[in-house]
Amino acid sequence: MDTAIILMSAAISAGTPLLFAVLGGILNEKVGVINLGTEGIMLIGAVTSCIVFLQTENLFLTFLAALLASAGLGLIHAFVCISLRANQIVSGLAITLFGTGFSAYLGKSVAGSALPVSVPKIELSWLEPIPFIGRVFGNLDIFSWLCIFVAIVMYFYMYKTSWGLHLKAVGDSPSTSDVMGVSVDGYRYFHVILGSMLMGLSGFYLIMVYSPNWIEGMTAGRGWIAIALIIFARWNPLYALACAYFFGGLDALGFRFQLLEVAIPSYFLKMIPYIATIIVLMFVGWKNRHKPPIEPKALGVPYFREQRF
Amino acid sequence: MTTYAVEMQGIVKTFGEVVACNHVNFSVKKGEIHALLGENGAGKSTIMSMLSGIYKADSGSISIHGHTSRIRSPKESMELGIGMVHQNFRLVPTLTAIENIILGEKKDVWRGASWRARKEEEIAIFANNYGLIFPMNVPIWHLSVGEQQRVEIVKTLYRGADIIIFDEPTSVLTPGEADQLFETMKELKRNGKTMIITTHKLKEVMTVADEISVMRKGEMIAHIKREDTTMQELAQLMVGRDLSQGFELPSIENGKRILIVEDLLVKGEQGMTALNKIGFTIHEHEIVGVAGVAGNGQKELAEALTGLIHWQDGTVILNKELLSKPSVQSLIDKGIAHIPENRMKSGLAGDLGIVDNLLFKTYRNKERTKFSLLQKKKNQKWAKELIEKFDVRTPDLHSPVKQLSGGNQQKLLFAREIDQEPKLIIALHPTQGLDVGATEAVHNMLIKLRATGSGVLLISEDLDEVMQLSDKILVIYNGQIQGVLSRDAADKDEIGQLMAGLEVRKEPIYESANLH
Repeated sequence: MDTAIILMSAAISAGTPLLFAVLGGILNEKVGVINLGTEGIMLIGAVTSCIVFLQTENLFLTFLAALLASAGLGLIHAFVCISLRANQIVSGLAITLFGTGFSAYLGKSVAGSALPVSVPKIELSWLEPIPFIGRVFGNLDIFSWLCIFVAIVMYFYMYKTSWGLHLKAVGDSPSTSDVMGVSVDGYRYFHVILGSMLMGLSGFYLIMVYSPNWIEGMTAGRGWIAIALIIFARWNPLYALACAYFFGGLDALGFRFQLLEVAIPSYFLKMIPYIATIIVLMFVGWKNRHKPPIEPKALGVPYFREQRF
Repeated sequence: MTTYAVEMQGIVKTFGEVVACNHVNFSVKKGEIHALLGENGAGKSTIMSMLSGIYKADSGSISIHGHTSRIRSPKESMELGIGMVHQNFRLVPTLTAIENIILGEKKDVWRGASWRARKEEEIAIFANNYGLIFPMNVPIWHLSVGEQQRVEIVKTLYRGADIIIFDEPTSVLTPGEADQLFETMKELKRNGKTMIITTHKLKEVMTVADEISVMRKGEMIAHIKREDTTMQELAQLMVGRDLSQGFELPSIENGKRILIVEDLLVKGEQGMTALNKIGFTIHEHEIVGVAGVAGNGQKELAEALTGLIHWQDGTVILNKELLSKPSVQSLIDKGIAHIPENRMKSGLAGDLGIVDNLLFKTYRNKERTKFSLLQKKKNQKWAKELIEKFDVRTPDLHSPVKQLSGGNQQKLLFAREIDQEPKLIIALHPTQGLDVGATEAVHNMLIKLRATGSGVLLISEDLDEVMQLSDKILVIYNGQIQGVLSRDAADKDEIGQLMAGLEVRKEPIYESANLH
């Protein structure tokens, strides 16, 4: 029983950065823009948070700084992909390469210094009597709650509002949306930037909550896992919630095994989430091989009104 | 008080070096149905796209209801009351009809269940007023083309358009659906709507239009009232010369059977059955036409017979040889040639030159390659001979073929395919998008192939073409052969009905093949 609770709590704290990044990716892809810059944006978000917090020791300012830095990268990606109509894959990879290198450079001075951070937690005493749930969710930090909240809001935004309809239309058929008076470029810019901000929050969470200590390349491929999880979650924010926690659980499981002193080299255990990603993607692809594809139809395709068909 | 709904003056639009519209004047009176007639590439769609805000004119002025207007985006066009029913419908295929219709609405951000129910009722009543019926809550891609068009029309009306542009509206419809569309247009006219219809089909113009404007090669040639003209005159105006009045297909005895297909079952995209147990035979000296509305299995038929996809079940015998899971290469070697649907997508490599494109199917030959090295000089000479023989006009052998005109591209494609002396040629929409001259050239090549003993499977949406060229016509509907007609028994109305799936012949009249 206790093991389950500890594992679930660990799954949430390891899953939250994944979830932020997946949600950001969903917003990007729903308007038809592939954002492979996730990893780089997360790292920039993390290093910015680290530096700003060491300077100000103000959690709110740090939060804003992470948002601002990632929004800047999002703006670059949006400009390159939407206005310049360049290749989205190349732009995204460039952002990841840039983010990885630049964060390492910025982080040199702060590497290794532990952050004296205490993230406020929300105590829900009325949850206490419920077994399991009470123990897991009764004392969660505010950013984990924020992430769950964002997932739920995004769900209603995408499926229950006129904006959500426009979002789907822009990602599936930009030419139709344009004729219907929906601003394709406007929707794309807004959601690419908003999505990138969520990716930045992923980095923020990673360093402020998950492991308060800057290490070069500390995202360790989580950005790439998040990109795979977008597919796994079928572009649905609530599925994303479940998927992210599941993968967070796998991550945590690796650590648990280490404590059990099972004779498995720790490197293998650390591989679990990545191997699981490959297996899951293969499984999803195989399972849906006869189903109509559900990814946004115009994913990766720049839109130009006067393009001749 | 002006009576013109639309006045366009001195409109110029160029794409790179191509002048699509050259000082075009075009006016439409309020409440009339105005036909804009012209061949493919005459500039009809371009000028309509400027009216609907998709293209911006380089110069010229547009007035709507007497007010000079600058239309800079589809949104502004819509605000002026202009709506367009596009040739390739502007519908989001993954959304339902309702969602597509309300897509442009900005008010009422929250879309709960009661809101949806209310809208659904509102739109159902609205659509019924015009007699336009379609499923409301199914994703668009499930709907038939006719239904999709109705959604597109309702969408336009619902958004308050009083000037409606129909861009080649019948190109995707069966004859029956087209008649229904014309009824709808007349109904809309009674409701005081102004309509513009672009088309190259003379009969439609004579059926539905009040006024007619004719365009040719980017220029406006004539404005006429329907009462004052005839089909012959219009044809002459549109093409710029007299149309040849069809031709007689010389009768030749059928030769041996080349291809026998029985109970062919093919799954298409997404695992849906594309061809459901169809059977037919093709003989030497025979053109077999396949008529049908696009998307009824024609593409899959061509792909299966050229080895691009494999069939699930059935028998295919080519020259007495039973085929099973043939590769593309083996079928090329066995003498099947292929004119694919989209010549620039799967027929030719646009960025490569003439020689390379001609080599695609023969580069393995000893003639073309020695010790795995291409015989450059020899191949150039060969290519030169071929393009002279097939009258491909090109600046030189190495300029990218995407710069050639559609007609020349198609002739190049035919040159490559015919050069291998095919036993069977499978031609998919071979004249789509070609002008009259190139179409004639393609028809002549097919007739020549027939004379030299090849079998031809001609898949086309152009019913006239199929009827003119075919010895035997198969009508395909929903993956099944709905009927088989011999050349002499072919009747346009009957084919039209079969194309719509209306009539099922219980007894197939094709000869059942002796397999052994």
